[in-house]
Amino acid sequence: MSEAWQPTADVDSLVKRAELLDRTRSFFRERGIVEVQTSTLDQYGVTDVAIENIEVPGYGYLQSSPEYQMKRLLVAGMPSCYQIGPVFRAGEAGRWHNTEFTMLEWYELDVSLDQLMANVAALVDCLIGSQPVLTNTLAELLKNAFNLDLHERNESRFIDIATGEGLHGLCDFTDALDFLVSSAVAKLDVPRIFLTEYPSYQAALARTERRGNIDVALRFELVVNGLEIANGYDELRDAVEFRRRCDNDNMRRERLGLKPKPVDPNFEAALVQGLPECCGVAVGLDRLFAIAMGKPAVSDVLAFSTRVE
Amino acid sequence: MAFKLEPKIRPSRSTHLLAFHVMASYSTNEFRPGLKVLLEGDPCVMMESEFVKPGKGQAFTRVKFRNLITGRVWERTLRSGESMEAADVVERDLDYLYSDGDLWYFMTTDDNYDQIAADASAVGDAKDFLAEQARCQITFWNNNPISVTPPNFVNLAVTETDPGLRGDTAQGGTKPATLETGAVINVPLFIEIGDVLRVDTRTGEYVSRSKQ
Repeated sequence: MSEAWQPTADVDSLVKRAELLDRTRSFFRERGIVEVQTSTLDQYGVTDVAIENIEVPGYGYLQSSPEYQMKRLLVAGMPSCYQIGPVFRAGEAGRWHNTEFTMLEWYELDVSLDQLMANVAALVDCLIGSQPVLTNTLAELLKNAFNLDLHERNESRFIDIATGEGLHGLCDFTDALDFLVSSAVAKLDVPRIFLTEYPSYQAALARTERRGNIDVALRFELVVNGLEIANGYDELRDAVEFRRRCDNDNMRRERLGLKPKPVDPNFEAALVQGLPECCGVAVGLDRLFAIAMGKPAVSDVLAFSTRVE
Repeated sequence: MAFKLEPKIRPSRSTHLLAFHVMASYSTNEFRPGLKVLLEGDPCVMMESEFVKPGKGQAFTRVKFRNLITGRVWERTLRSGESMEAADVVERDLDYLYSDGDLWYFMTTDDNYDQIAADASAVGDAKDFLAEQARCQITFWNNNPISVTPPNFVNLAVTETDPGLRGDTAQGGTKPATLETGAVINVPLFIEIGDVLRVDTRTGEYVSRSKQ
C-alpha cells in the first residue's frame, strides 16, 4: 500500500512545533505586540525579481509575504503587530526551502533598526537557546573574507573571486555578490551573525541613508548556522521611491525574460496616505523550528511538505 | 589496442540523430545524485545537490561531484537554470583475464566474449587486487575504460613470505606477505607461501585463509 499519505514530519516533532508556536506567541504577548491575520490570497503580487508568486487565475496571487497588507494595517492605525502564517514562493524547494512555508512577519513602531535586531536576537534565544551574535556590515564581511571592496563594485574582480570559490558558469555582479556573501558567512563559521548595511541596489523595501559618500540600505539579515533566518528593514515610507523601485524591478524582469508584474495600487495608495515610522522583519519559522529540534531539513517540521524529489 | 565494445555502450542520455551524437545536457532542476556530467572537461558523478537561495537574491544549486578519473571531490555552485553537459559514462561488469605488464585485459560477461584492455591509469590501485576471473566493474567514458573496481573480496595466492609458524593460529603478530599481484599485505604469522587468501579489496586487508 502506498505510504504517500503519511505526514513528512513525525508526530513528536509536530507536538514540539506546537510548543514552539506557543512560545513565539507568548514572546509577543509579553511585549504587547498584537497578532493580526491578513489574507494569503490577494489581487496583487510583488515585482521583486527574485520572488515568483503563485498565480491563482481569476483571483490574483498567493502572497509571498504579508508585508503589503500588514503595512496597510499600520497606515490604518494598527499598533505594533505580528503575524504567523503561510506564504508561497514558486520554484523554491529543497532541504531548507518549501514552496509553502511559515513566515513570522513583525512590525514595530518607534524602534530603531538596532532595537529591532536586539528583539529578533531575543526571540531566537527564546526559541533555540542563547548564543552570542556577531554583527558585520556587508562591506566588512567581504573585506575580511576576500579583501573585496563592496562599494567599489569591480565586477570582474567579484566574478573572478566567486569563480575561484566554486561559482560555475555564467554569472553577473549580483550573482557573484550573493554567492560570495554566503561563502564568506560559511568561512566565518560563527553560530549567529547579523549582516547589515546592504548596498542601495539591494534595498528591497528598506530605507536608504547616505553614509560618507555612499548610499546604504538600512537592512539586516540574521544568519544562524549558515542559514538565513530573518530579513529586516528600516521601512521605506516614500511612495515615489517605492514606484521607482518597482519600475526598476519590472525593467530587470523584462531583461531576464520574466513577466513584469503590476504594482500593487492599494499598497502604493497606503504609502501616499503615510506609513508611520517603523521597522519590520520577516522570520523563517520552519527553519528556526528545525534548528530548535536539531532536524536537518524543514520537511522534518512541516506536517506535509510540498517538496518533490 | 584491440578492443571494441561499440554496440554495447550507449551514452546514458544522448539521442541518436542520424549518425551524429547529440549530447544531452541537464538543467539544475534535473540535478540528482548519480548524474554524470562534464565538469572542466572531466567526467564527474553528482554526489549531492542542494537548492540554495537568499530570500532576496539569486537562486543557486550547490553540487558535490566526484571526478571519475581522479576520484577527487569537487564542489561547485551554479546559478539556477544553468545546465551542464551530460558525460557519456557507463558502467559494466567484466571478468578480469590477465595483464601483460602494460595493459590489463578484461572480457565481457555476455556471449560475445569481447576483450577490452585498460591502462595503468584506469586500473589504478585495483591492480593490486585483480584475481583471475574476478568480476570487476569498469567505468567507461566515451567508450574508454577510466576506472576499475574489483569485487569487495578476492582470493589471491601468496608468492612470498617468511616461513610460517605452524600451529600459531591464535592472536599474535603479523608479517608482510607478497601476493601474486605483487601487492604486499599484512597477514598472520601462520600463513605460508602458496596459501590462498581472502582479501578485502576496499581496505587491502587480510580476511581469512581461503579453503580452496
